[in-house]
Amino acid sequence: MSVAPADVAKIAALARIKVTPAELDAMVPELNGILAWVDQLGEVDVTGVEPMTAVIPNQLRLRADVVGADPLTGGNVRDKVLANAPAAEHGFFGVPKVIE
Amino acid sequence: MTDLTNLGIAAIRDGVAKGDFTATEVATAFNAAVAEANPALNAFIVTTPDHALAAAERVDAARAQGQPLGPLAGVPIGMKDLFATQGVPTTAASHILEGFVPQYESTVSQKLWDAGAGMLGKLNLDQFAMGSSNETSAFGNVISPWRAKGPDGTGDNAPRAPGGSSGGSSAAVSAHIVAAATGTDTGGSIRQPAAFTGIAGIKPTYGRCSRWGIVAFASSLDQAGPMARDVTDCAIMLEAMAGFDAKDSTSLDLPVPAWSAGLTDDLKGLKVGIPREYRLDGLNADVAKSWDDGIAWLKDAGAEVVDISLPHTKYALPAYYIIAPAEASSNLARYDGVRYGLRDLPDGAGLQEMYAATRAAGFGPEVKRRILIGTYVLSAGFYDAYYTQAQKVRTLIARDFENAFQQVDVILTPTAPTSAFALGEKSADPLEMYLNDVFSVPASLAGLPAMSVPAGLDRSGLPLGLHLIGRPFDEQGVLNAGLAIERRAGFTARPEKWW
Repeated sequence: MSVAPADVAKIAALARIKVTPAELDAMVPELNGILAWVDQLGEVDVTGVEPMTAVIPNQLRLRADVVGADPLTGGNVRDKVLANAPAAEHGFFGVPKVIE
Repeated sequence: MTDLTNLGIAAIRDGVAKGDFTATEVATAFNAAVAEANPALNAFIVTTPDHALAAAERVDAARAQGQPLGPLAGVPIGMKDLFATQGVPTTAASHILEGFVPQYESTVSQKLWDAGAGMLGKLNLDQFAMGSSNETSAFGNVISPWRAKGPDGTGDNAPRAPGGSSGGSSAAVSAHIVAAATGTDTGGSIRQPAAFTGIAGIKPTYGRCSRWGIVAFASSLDQAGPMARDVTDCAIMLEAMAGFDAKDSTSLDLPVPAWSAGLTDDLKGLKVGIPREYRLDGLNADVAKSWDDGIAWLKDAGAEVVDISLPHTKYALPAYYIIAPAEASSNLARYDGVRYGLRDLPDGAGLQEMYAATRAAGFGPEVKRRILIGTYVLSAGFYDAYYTQAQKVRTLIARDFENAFQQVDVILTPTAPTSAFALGEKSADPLEMYLNDVFSVPASLAGLPAMSVPAGLDRSGLPLGLHLIGRPFDEQGVLNAGLAIERRAGFTARPEKWW
């Protein structure tokens, strides 16, 4: 399979990455080179093969249902959560206006 | 006094414990070495001499009071800048995280500090650990301390790649400006840089080291591990890094074996597999010779060598370059200009434009390329053809290893298809760069423990590594085979100091 400039523009929009027309033109052949190479996976007979979900069998755990059991992840750390925000205001993450 | 920077983990720890020198003297010597070398090597993004000194002073005070010392007491290390370190900037070598100062400490780094280690600084890497040469960092290339020699014995002086993504780690360990360093490995990012710089590095079984607080690239593949001067130091450091962590849902709830105490190079009764599919057409002659040397050394150590087949080997790289970008495109969705890091808000922009502008300004070209590939292979209409197919192929690759490990105990291959290439040599073609991971990626896809140990120099005087792959949870088998090679290879070469 290969991609055209319009496809790459659509992928970039889905990925929320702004691309200039010049970047788009450069990316199309690069992505096509990579896609042509990964297309060889289509040769592999995978009849009856389950897709891998975990490399090492492991039981998923539930944490104890206790508020703040782990102080690191238990909450009540609003200011730490906001400390790296580019535009924290009034105890919230600030974003551009989204409702007209 | 001997130059303390010539000492590795075991020598420093034992010397501090015996009182041959103080931890503070060690930290001071390494801080000076870092300050001298970093302008030339660019191995560190941030240096933290105060952290190293404070840790050393705590060790010296504890020793003065007769308190027990940790297994890494007084050992100054470098921390790959992919680990969140409380109060110290953590960038993943990307502009999108410039200025980010974690409010918490990653599990692995905390374990190292608890063991008595100190931090010399945050080591440079490929941006978000995506790369094999350390040329995708937003903070500039790391320059390998190694230089090639021409046929007449004179150097070509072309700056060489330290490997990637843990290129700051490999450069710093091989230049002796850190006693050891942390690395992370998604498709070879510990092993390939270790091979390029003549040091040892091990990626443990997936789940041994907690991923909590490590900037995520591809979560089903990412594993932390040590990069150090020899196999023994790797074993000691891995013991300190590994262990169950409830904060990582894929963490293995298993005791940490005493790998360093279990080290032996007596391989009597061990079966070593040599996978025929790794003997690529046109394999570099020096790499092929070092592989043969490795086979001879393991036989000398008492092992029996067995030819094996891993039939799906050629499909590992293309499967990896679907799975890893798919996971990356999902993991990197968090960089949105809202919660941390860079925000680019053009005049009059709404939320969606802000996301797109921020991510355009913050991510480097290789990161964007992988996010786009990942978004594409996960998108409606292509998911089954690419992503599901790749995950099925991954099952087959893991099954190849399972079958092989019914016949053999450990597998020996070269770590990388060449020695260190010159910076710029492969950066124009992403595909050519990806092919450098051909020997390291299959073990990553199967979650297996694997390590690189120095095997010798090629004809241009650059290090070559040998690669050992073990059964799940059998780090000991990998380390022991690594030790057998290390003792027989007698690798003592060092880069000539030009910085």
